[in-house]
Amino acid sequence: MKLIAFIKNWYYRRKFKRRNRSIGGDLLLILVLGFFGIFSLFPLLYTLTSAFKPFSEIFMYPPKLTVENPTLNNFFDLGTIIEDFTVPFSRYVFNTLVITGVGTVGTVILGSMAAYPLAKYEFPGSKLMSNIIVYALMFSTSVTAIPNYLIMSALGIIDTYWAVILPAVGGTLGLYLMKNFMVQVPDDMLEAAKIDGCSEWGIFWKVVMPLCKPAWITLVILSFQQMWGTTGGVFIYSEELKPLSYVLSQLVSGGISRTGVASAVSLLMLIVPIGVFVFSQSNVIETMATSGIKG
Amino acid sequence: MAGKKESFSTVWKKHKYKYLMIAPFGAIFIVFTLLPVLVAVYLSFTSFNMVEKPEFVGLENYVKLIVYDPIFLTAIKNTLFFAIITGPVSYLMCFLFAWMVNDLPRIPRAIMTLVFYAPSISGNAYLVWKLLLSSDSYGWVNAWLLKLGVIREAVTWLVTKEYIMPILIIVQLWLSLGVSFLTFIAGFQSLDKSLLEAGSVEGVKNRWQELWYIILPSMKPQLMFGAVMQITSSLSVSQLSIDLVGFPSVSYAGHTILTHLHDFGNVRYELGYACTIAVILFFIMLFCNIIVQKLLRKLG
Repeated sequence: MKLIAFIKNWYYRRKFKRRNRSIGGDLLLILVLGFFGIFSLFPLLYTLTSAFKPFSEIFMYPPKLTVENPTLNNFFDLGTIIEDFTVPFSRYVFNTLVITGVGTVGTVILGSMAAYPLAKYEFPGSKLMSNIIVYALMFSTSVTAIPNYLIMSALGIIDTYWAVILPAVGGTLGLYLMKNFMVQVPDDMLEAAKIDGCSEWGIFWKVVMPLCKPAWITLVILSFQQMWGTTGGVFIYSEELKPLSYVLSQLVSGGISRTGVASAVSLLMLIVPIGVFVFSQSNVIETMATSGIKG
Repeated sequence: MAGKKESFSTVWKKHKYKYLMIAPFGAIFIVFTLLPVLVAVYLSFTSFNMVEKPEFVGLENYVKLIVYDPIFLTAIKNTLFFAIITGPVSYLMCFLFAWMVNDLPRIPRAIMTLVFYAPSISGNAYLVWKLLLSSDSYGWVNAWLLKLGVIREAVTWLVTKEYIMPILIIVQLWLSLGVSFLTFIAGFQSLDKSLLEAGSVEGVKNRWQELWYIILPSMKPQLMFGAVMQITSSLSVSQLSIDLVGFPSVSYAGHTILTHLHDFGNVRYELGYACTIAVILFFIMLFCNIIVQKLLRKLG
């Protein structure tokens, strides 16, 4: 009983405790989150442990989530395969860095720039543009690939980084996301900045973007992930321009004998996006805690 | 926007900055998104095999698709069934989990956001489901069900007609805490905290009242965005189906509008026909979108 009293006492003194929160509700919340959290994490744990499983354990009956004799052999095998590549591995890493970096920065900045006037002002054409942006999200990209290819070959950018960067930057998801957050920036804040002599450009960078930080951080995560996963497909055919995910996806499709290596690859491909995610998310939470933005 | 009294030059003078800010994105959008879509719409009225020049055939593709293609009807039926369940459920899940996660203190919140978002962070992590549901007794699900004595022999989960759709729905829901979920999280983060405090002073008694009276009305733009996302993603399922239950799936049980498109576009090279499917899917999405927007406007 003393323990329960202690926990209760501790709980009520916590900073996060808000007035209108009941203890029962908090408990229920933790239970629900915990239960679905396990469900959500479970298959990923399986990937994680499979990467460290020796061949004999991968096909063990009954299969287990845990590893009995963890090994790094899958990673060594991967290393051996990589050494046999005709193009040095670092070249693939470089390609991915360029594509992901330029693509993400381009999507976030150009998308936000276009979102601001559409979100906060009405001018000839603004309604039409806003509608087209939503409708564009609904057209299946698998049939636009062929026209896209024709356009790109006419422009002479097939088999360059631009062939994967530009279509990604021209997608409307980022703009639509930013627009929906920018609508909430209070008008009087923009007015005040204008009275202080701020140009539209200045308002965008100094008022709107800082206020919409959670939104563009989200867009950074989404865009990074999309660019990180792109394989180049038919748009990049030179081996020395192919991104990392292309080579690694080739490895994964190597059949049963490569199951272990495939898990190692999946794990490695996951680590970077997760790192970016954690870094950017903690960044948002940090600013929220220090500055307390009002939207 | 035609028929306005202002002349072009006065409009330009007044809104120059706005147009200039849209221009860089606008140029890339027109060339790499809008133009390809318009070409695809044109192609839907042609017969085009990617080798010969497209030949204009009028509405023939549309008639063929709607009247003479029974498999397309199966695809529509499957897609709608799939979307009617996964669309609303995933939308609610995204919002409720974001809302619950938001109530956690800082560090646990960051961790739980990652946990829920993890399935959609890697493009093909869902392939582990294939291992889990593997048809032999090595598959995780089979192995445990056998061990516990629930089943006597291994079930061929991914190639049994009755199981295909439920499995696709479960995996899709597992994957669905993605874009909308993150957007809702960001929406909660940019909520005006003083509103919540004012609410608690003025007699908002519990988290449900706070949700209904304060949070929902001030999150409308994000809710709208999430709705569009969930509609498009639940209606455009294809890769998941192809990877998990194969293509074509047993008795077309996992056949969707987009796998049908994949069939004609990437397998049979009848691109005109594939574009027709895309156009029809576009109108289905548009229709769902209009209905959902109407519903959301009534909220709060």
